[in-house]
Amino acid sequence: MDSLELTYQVPGDDFSRAGEASSAVKRTLKTLGFPPDLIRRIAIAMYEAEINMVIHADGGVVTARISPELVEVSFADVGPGIPDIDLAMQEGYSTASEQVRDLGFGAGMGLPNMKKYADDMTITTTVGVGTTVLLQFQIA
Amino acid sequence: MKIRDIVTLLDAKVFCCEDRLDTEVHAGCGCDMMSDVLAYVKDQAVLLTGLVNPQSIRTAEMMDIVCIVLVRGKEPTPAMIELATERHLPLLGTQKRMFSACGILYSAGLLQEGDQS
Ligand SMILES: Nc1ncnc2c1ncn2[C@@H]1O[C@H](COP(=O)(O)OP(=O)(O)OP(=O)(O)O)[C@@H](O)[C@H]1O
Ligand SMILES: [Mg+2]
Repeated sequence: MDSLELTYQVPGDDFSRAGEASSAVKRTLKTLGFPPDLIRRIAIAMYEAEINMVIHADGGVVTARISPELVEVSFADVGPGIPDIDLAMQEGYSTASEQVRDLGFGAGMGLPNMKKYADDMTITTTVGVGTTVLLQFQIA
Repeated sequence: MKIRDIVTLLDAKVFCCEDRLDTEVHAGCGCDMMSDVLAYVKDQAVLLTGLVNPQSIRTAEMMDIVCIVLVRGKEPTPAMIELATERHLPLLGTQKRMFSACGILYSAGLLQEGDQS
């Protein structure tokens, strides 16, 4: 298998569509025959990152690079940025509105979950400019 | 137990995927906050939730959850039924409240997250 790159625009104004990119990548990985446990880890971490782009940053761009050794997914937004990454990484920390909580999100568990399921996570963020989250998954 | 047994135990309505009721369920999770669901992976699990929007179906899809039960008599939206049908995920509804629904399934032998060795 050669390496494959997939790109998705994630709209920031349609919460019901959040997760479509993660779902598409999940199905692609399944078709390519990756191990189910790995696919599940990738899908969960991606989904958390995709939801974050929608609820905190008005959408963005997801790029997945898939090769036999590594799956790498980046989530780039031009949202408000994260002022304190250490604080944002704490379990239970959330700035989500009551409205977002009513939608089932805002437990402050997304970033910790992403860190737990990815082999490597890098956050690059500038307040007022945007955030890019890079998730990496090694293939055994 | 099978999804079919959950339908009986919770006196549930089946909104889609009737053909999948013989799927085995080994674990359960009751939650309205999706990131709490996403924190613990379980195999062959059922998700009980009061959350009525397509993200409960998405969450189940990402987790490889095999069945969703809407509690407290909540009706799914057409978008939820459509997505669940597309993903072959049986979507059920019960009048029972979260605590009772979880208790009934637990008493009937369904384990909580992480209990299964
Ligand atoms: N892409 C982003 N842009 C701006 N802020 C972000 C972004 N992602 C996360 N944050 C900030 O980090 C906080 C913690 O994120 P995390 O995903 O852990 O929790 P949450 O999204 O608030 O709730 P949950 O993920 O449990 O639904 C958020 O509340 C928000 O303040
Ligand atoms: Mg989040």
